[in-house]
Amino acid sequence: MPVLRIPTPLRSYTSGQSEVNVSGLKISDALTDLTTQYPTIKPHIFNDGGELRPFVNLFVGEHNIKDLQGVETTIKDGDRLILIPSIAGGSRHCERTLRSNPQHDLRLLRRNKRSSQ
Amino acid sequence: MLLELNRDEILRYSRHLLIPEVGLEGQRKLKNSSALIVGTGGLGSPVALYLAAAGIGRIGLVDYDVVDSSNLQRQVIHGTSTVGKLKVDSARDKLVDLNPDIQVDVYNEPFTSENALRIARDFDIILDGTDNFPTRYLTNDVAVFLGKPNVYASIYRFDGQASVFYAKEGPCYRCLFPEPPPPGLVPSCAEGGVLGVLPGTMGTIQATEALKVLLGIGEPLIGKLLLYNALDMTFDFVKLKKNPNCRVCGPNADIKELIDYEEFCGVPSHDHEEGSAGANWDITATELAERVKTNHLKLVDVREPHELEISRLPDATNIPLGQLAARLSELDSAEEMVIFCKSGGRSARGLELLVSAGFKKVKNLKGGINAWAKEVDTNLPVY
Repeated sequence: MPVLRIPTPLRSYTSGQSEVNVSGLKISDALTDLTTQYPTIKPHIFNDGGELRPFVNLFVGEHNIKDLQGVETTIKDGDRLILIPSIAGGSRHCERTLRSNPQHDLRLLRRNKRSSQ
Repeated sequence: MLLELNRDEILRYSRHLLIPEVGLEGQRKLKNSSALIVGTGGLGSPVALYLAAAGIGRIGLVDYDVVDSSNLQRQVIHGTSTVGKLKVDSARDKLVDLNPDIQVDVYNEPFTSENALRIARDFDIILDGTDNFPTRYLTNDVAVFLGKPNVYASIYRFDGQASVFYAKEGPCYRCLFPEPPPPGLVPSCAEGGVLGVLPGTMGTIQATEALKVLLGIGEPLIGKLLLYNALDMTFDFVKLKKNPNCRVCGPNADIKELIDYEEFCGVPSHDHEEGSAGANWDITATELAERVKTNHLKLVDVREPHELEISRLPDATNIPLGQLAARLSELDSAEEMVIFCKSGGRSARGLELLVSAGFKKVKNLKGGINAWAKEVDTNLPVY
């Protein structure tokens, strides 16, 4: 089974797991498996159109899937996938850069409510 | 013509001169080279110290901040005796003490689209030691436009990234990250924090890469990204390629000059008014202290649970910001409410969320519990 490495900023959405086993023949399968296992990570790596966000990169081994066949890239047992988000650095920026996107949080909330009904 | 080393310098750099890859010629190259360090914080500290020690002839330091005691857990170029001083002055004093033979030029100003090209133009290499997205994109674009290498590192908690972005020979920062995260989607940023030694590790890697580039030795991290995790003690390397659609270094680049990076990133790069939700929504700590004497107010603390061990307000309800959207049903919109966090940034975001959900009687504690600790209850620690 391919293993997906989760960077620290996204581990709060994978119950603290640094690596997640994902199944599938293609990257798209693996990501579906990831978001099925951990639904709250979804808006952090995908935009509303279902594409990987421009500040998140996914690598298979050493290679960016953008330089391969994107989410159609085939994967196999033992492949190591790495999610790489942009991080700004420092510590104070976190307090400073927080500007709200309440609509996003509310959308998420409504979706979660729907799925729990 | 390269400047020669004098007798004292030959002794000072003797351990470099013994390495064939550096040697006398390499050390002269370093003496004749210059490096601009953007930011004299966690990353900038080891970068500046090691580049000064290595004998880089001219070092530029850009920062507009003053040293605070909360910096000293990681910003090792500063010290207790320099708390309250300008960071660039504190750093310069340390560098000149470490190596009086070098020239240190300081720029006590924010690095902005107005001054960045002027400041960076006369340096051979740029080191990105910034702590926010707008200045990172600015630093990248400046390096691309001036054709200089940009030695990059970035940190978050236990994670570090490093690379050398040099558009002449490989990808730039925008090739990897065309756009910054939209405001509010910076993952887990609410908790903040960084292991103090992490910028030490990453800054030292930056200094190493800068020396390699200036000396022309080894294999710099051009076209490669280093990923470090301190908890797992793992180093991963991935390959980076030039993005043909890159807006600054691609063949059809449409960004030809510096832009408004705060607008591009949707966030301020420099301190404007911190911890405020806007005048109509703010309440100061002093005002709150008066109000609670006569009125019942619901206090909502949106910090993480481990922060409550540092300081807390009695009777406050703790709902970490990340859970607020899912736990709105625990709050009564008819009740008067004050929302707070450490210094007012996270709670401003929480307030916007509450207001979008129909809450009207809610205020943000400006400056957070730290403001309360300074203005009202001085027994509480500030952190």
